[in-house]
Amino acid sequence: MGTLFPSDEWVKMMMEDLNKSDTYLEAAKNWEGDFYFIIDPFGKHDKPTMLYMDLLHGKCREAFYVIDPDVRKPVFRLSGTIENWKKVMTKQMDPMQAMMTGKLKLQGNMAMVMKNVRAAKELVESCTRIDTEFPV
Amino acid sequence: MWFFSSPAIVFGDGALGNLETIKGQRACIVTDANLVKLGYVERVKTALASTGMQISVIDDVEPDPSLETVKAGAARMLETNPDWIIALGGGSVMDAAKGMWILYEHPDIDPEAINPIDLIGLRVKARLIAIPTTAGTGSETTWAIVLTNHAEQRKLGLGNREAVPDIAILDPEFIRNLPGKVTTETGLDALTHAIEGYTSSYANDFCDGLCLQAAKLVFDYLPRCYHDGQDMEARTHMQNAAAIAGLGFGNSMAALAHGMGHALGGALHIPHGCAVSLFLPYSIEYCAHVEGTRYASIARFLSLPAENEQAAAASLVEAIRKLERKIGQPLTLAEAGIDRVSFERELDHLISNAMNDTQTIMALRVPEEDDLRRLFIYAFDGKKVDF
Repeated sequence: MGTLFPSDEWVKMMMEDLNKSDTYLEAAKNWEGDFYFIIDPFGKHDKPTMLYMDLLHGKCREAFYVIDPDVRKPVFRLSGTIENWKKVMTKQMDPMQAMMTGKLKLQGNMAMVMKNVRAAKELVESCTRIDTEFPV
Repeated sequence: MWFFSSPAIVFGDGALGNLETIKGQRACIVTDANLVKLGYVERVKTALASTGMQISVIDDVEPDPSLETVKAGAARMLETNPDWIIALGGGSVMDAAKGMWILYEHPDIDPEAINPIDLIGLRVKARLIAIPTTAGTGSETTWAIVLTNHAEQRKLGLGNREAVPDIAILDPEFIRNLPGKVTTETGLDALTHAIEGYTSSYANDFCDGLCLQAAKLVFDYLPRCYHDGQDMEARTHMQNAAAIAGLGFGNSMAALAHGMGHALGGALHIPHGCAVSLFLPYSIEYCAHVEGTRYASIARFLSLPAENEQAAAASLVEAIRKLERKIGQPLTLAEAGIDRVSFERELDHLISNAMNDTQTIMALRVPEEDDLRRLFIYAFDGKKVDF
């Protein structure tokens, strides 16, 4: 049985996966910027669910399930429905296409993204490596 | 879910005359100094005369246009307030004009942050007409924008779907006197677009036929253009091939040869078409080692041996190299004039930039750092990719 997404346990597993990955370390060596991964309201969640990751130079320094949205002011916010998150994380949808078609909405320092596209790709690759249970 | 974007395309003899039908108050022609000298800008002004529009000209776009050039051009547009922007030139001019257009409409945008994700909101102030004066870049039919950060010696593969021109005017007269070297380099750029567009991870039904036909046109007509620059039948087909390949790859993305070519162009200033086409055979050899390639379809369409994917990739590579040799193009980085000392000095930089190029990650096989290093070295030495 996989780890429930979204959850504190899940995001910490992703942190562990990223920090073990030499590929991510290389791809994201110039990346600077923390994230809120935001899941639109679904099921019993009547407010967006958020996961925080602090990503710097190929490492994840901190990750947690967000209780108070004001606890951090992240550089990036990536949001979408639970269905679209699932499609991306199970490789049914390409993450770049998801963002380019508005299925996932990215806000933040786009110059950083355009100069470090490999980091973004490897970040999503990490998601797909985690044995995940989805609520939908 | 995906999109297919295209301008209205006016092509063939007399296509420039379509400008007479444009309605507006002010037009800004974006071009380069050489095209002013050749009288091309005057031709466009003459074609616009009956419209009564006020015309301004930005004529200082350089090859591999910089972020600064785009910012400066946008600032000048803010002074003249055009409702039509007319890009007259090759890929550099057309890409710069797209960048200027975006910054003219939204001066707050950082040009390095032009991306395919955000909705920009173009066409509030102006629309864009692209008139290519080379036959290869395809920028006249794409939303891609390649700008150069000279401080970082890096080409930036930018773009936004809204930045596709409204109208592309393909008038063969503008390529009649295209110099031989530019003819071959830009023509091979079109071939690279066609093959990478057909084999990228975003390939789709809407683009497949365009890419195949563009590739065939290049194989059929580029040698004729090379041997006789006044062969206008061949020139016209190459002009069409470039625009068709642009539609193909522009809606399915380019791939590894472009990622490596952008890196090479940024660091060692090899012209774009030369750079990307030089890497094309190596990238095919590299990608042919994985499942899911589609080289057999291309090879069959080109009447090349195609018993299986591996054999098809090999015959396609052979055909490309034969074409490149026939029209005097380099097959290795060494033949392109890069000395080993410069190459080794820049190798880490090349790898880093190719790794993070937006096109590299569209390849069916995306190389990690070690593989990219080997690919560059193989391309320097001219070795068959065996890994």
